Amino acid sequence: MTADPSLGPPLVAASDLTKVYVLGDTELRALDGVSLTVREGDFVAIMGSSGSGKSTLMNVLGCLDRPTSGSYSLAGQEVSSLGRGQLAELRNRTIGFVFQSFNLLARTSAVENVELPLVYAGLGRSERRERARAALARVGLGDRLDHRPSQLSGGQQQRVAIARAIVNEPKIMFADEPTGNLDTRTSVAIMALFQDLWRAGLTIIFVTHEPDVARYASRILVVRDGKIVSDTRQEPAVAEQAA
Amino acid sequence: MRLGTVLPIALTALLRNKTRSFLTTLGVIIGVASVISMVAVGEGAKARVASVFAAMGTNVLIVLSGATSMGGVSGGFGSLPTLTWEDLRAIRTQAPAVRAAAPALNTRATVMSADQNWTTTVSGTTPDFFDVRAWHIAKGSFFGDSEVESASKIIVLGQTVSDKVFGPGVDPVGRAVRIKAVSFLVVGVMQRKGQSPMGTDYDDVTYIPVTTFQNQIQGGLQKYIAGIIIVSAISGDETARAQSEISAILRDRHHLGPTEEDDFNVRNLTEIAAAQQQGTQALTALLAAIAVVSLVVGGIGIMNIMLVSVTERTREIGVRMAVGAKPWHILAQFLAEAVTLSMIGGLIGVALGSVLARVVASRLGWTYTPRVDMIVMSFAFSAAVGVGFGLYPARKASRLDPIEALRYE
Repeated sequence: MTADPSLGPPLVAASDLTKVYVLGDTELRALDGVSLTVREGDFVAIMGSSGSGKSTLMNVLGCLDRPTSGSYSLAGQEVSSLGRGQLAELRNRTIGFVFQSFNLLARTSAVENVELPLVYAGLGRSERRERARAALARVGLGDRLDHRPSQLSGGQQQRVAIARAIVNEPKIMFADEPTGNLDTRTSVAIMALFQDLWRAGLTIIFVTHEPDVARYASRILVVRDGKIVSDTRQEPAVAEQAA
Repeated sequence: MRLGTVLPIALTALLRNKTRSFLTTLGVIIGVASVISMVAVGEGAKARVASVFAAMGTNVLIVLSGATSMGGVSGGFGSLPTLTWEDLRAIRTQAPAVRAAAPALNTRATVMSADQNWTTTVSGTTPDFFDVRAWHIAKGSFFGDSEVESASKIIVLGQTVSDKVFGPGVDPVGRAVRIKAVSFLVVGVMQRKGQSPMGTDYDDVTYIPVTTFQNQIQGGLQKYIAGIIIVSAISGDETARAQSEISAILRDRHHLGPTEEDDFNVRNLTEIAAAQQQGTQALTALLAAIAVVSLVVGGIGIMNIMLVSVTERTREIGVRMAVGAKPWHILAQFLAEAVTLSMIGGLIGVALGSVLARVVASRLGWTYTPRVDMIVMSFAFSAAVGVGFGLYPARKASRLDPIEALRYE
């Protein structure tokens, strides 16, 4: 890995992370000594086959899960010693999440879904609504505020999820197979949106197993058997939004 | 995040499953409604007993003769005649707190008209009886002292007996009835008085002169009174004094030494009334306890549905946690749902229970007095049920692991 002078200070600093699952008599080392630094402004794709540990790495980095050992600091804060409530707060203020299966609340309008992180941040009703509208406008869904997930296409649902991830103006966005449930055309559109957000200054880490999707990132990590086996920088391919 | 943010989330979730929410609430509704209505019914019964005793006269005392004792087994008061006609006279004349006293000799007998018969209580007494009880005649007249003197074969009927023997609405005065082989002339019919506190019909009775009773039914005059003496004190406040005066007179007349027990018993109806009040109070408490049990069962219903709801919404909980909900946010959300369910149930239950109590009261001809303390208490209790039974499911939800919750299918 070569240091890129255009990047800012380290945002993610993990060293020697392990995650061990005990299943009966057998131990499963999902993470086996992962060390990683991600600077502000990076756009990282984590690749690997299923069972490689890439999702576990993502969950640990995203503060959804805690490592069995190793140290991890996010935005200068040591995470491995934080309690559940403090982790929740970190997820709320510093992190945005996008999932493969969108994970929107059913029978809840788009704007209300986007407001959700702000509810837990303790914002008032009118400010929540205003910021949720702005976030939806940013992902190109300014005219779908009151639609419910069931009334939206897969691509639109993922856009709502992205709006929910960025509404709190996080420092970093994590995405777990964000295009896994989408067709190629929609996938490209979603990656174009990711690139827009990245260029506007958002640090993004996403998991994918498709090389086609990974080429839009500026850095590719390959995970195998719980270890990072390659870490390369590249000139990101430009995702053209289909008109 | 304050109540203002938790409550809309809870309400929205409940409204999404209207039928389920309603059915869950039903347990609490029934519980609270039964608490409210049962307590109201109990209160009504108490008021009813109080009014019946007031009508009967709170200044009435009953004197019973002594008890037989055979091999250590007591026959109970009244089983051994110890009261004499002289005792009665002494009570009338020597006790200043006594207004009137009358004997009452009772037996069961069949009263026959030309074509009907009815088995009822035949009571031999004196004109004082009607004064003691403050009961009034509806038709005809009572018998007087001269009829007692001459042991006349005349009879006063209670309203029920008159209806059964002569038919409803028939004036029996001047007609004849037979008891055993003896013919009696009906001289009067009592006013309707309803039921005694113990549920016996005050109108299912006939009165004849005590002397006639002895001659025709007992077969001859006797020294002892084979029945009770019923006494009225000069006022309701003087019953205790009358009681002790009667005791003193009778102990003196029966030559009882200071260590000997009474061979008679003076009962104060006020005390019986108090005992009866206690009985209804216990009944009220019992009914309320049963109702509280049903409220608890309602709470278990809420817990059950909340557990189902937590399982169903595991993924939603995961999403909320991923975007920054702290464990207590999730706890508060599910607790708010449980409490909302139980409080809405409480509100509907209070309304339903009040209506029910009113209907029951009007059916039984009682007065309905809403007990505000019970309404407030059962409402508060239903809220507490929501907290109590909502806590376990809510804690379960708040302790979910975000990753596992997100993966849950």
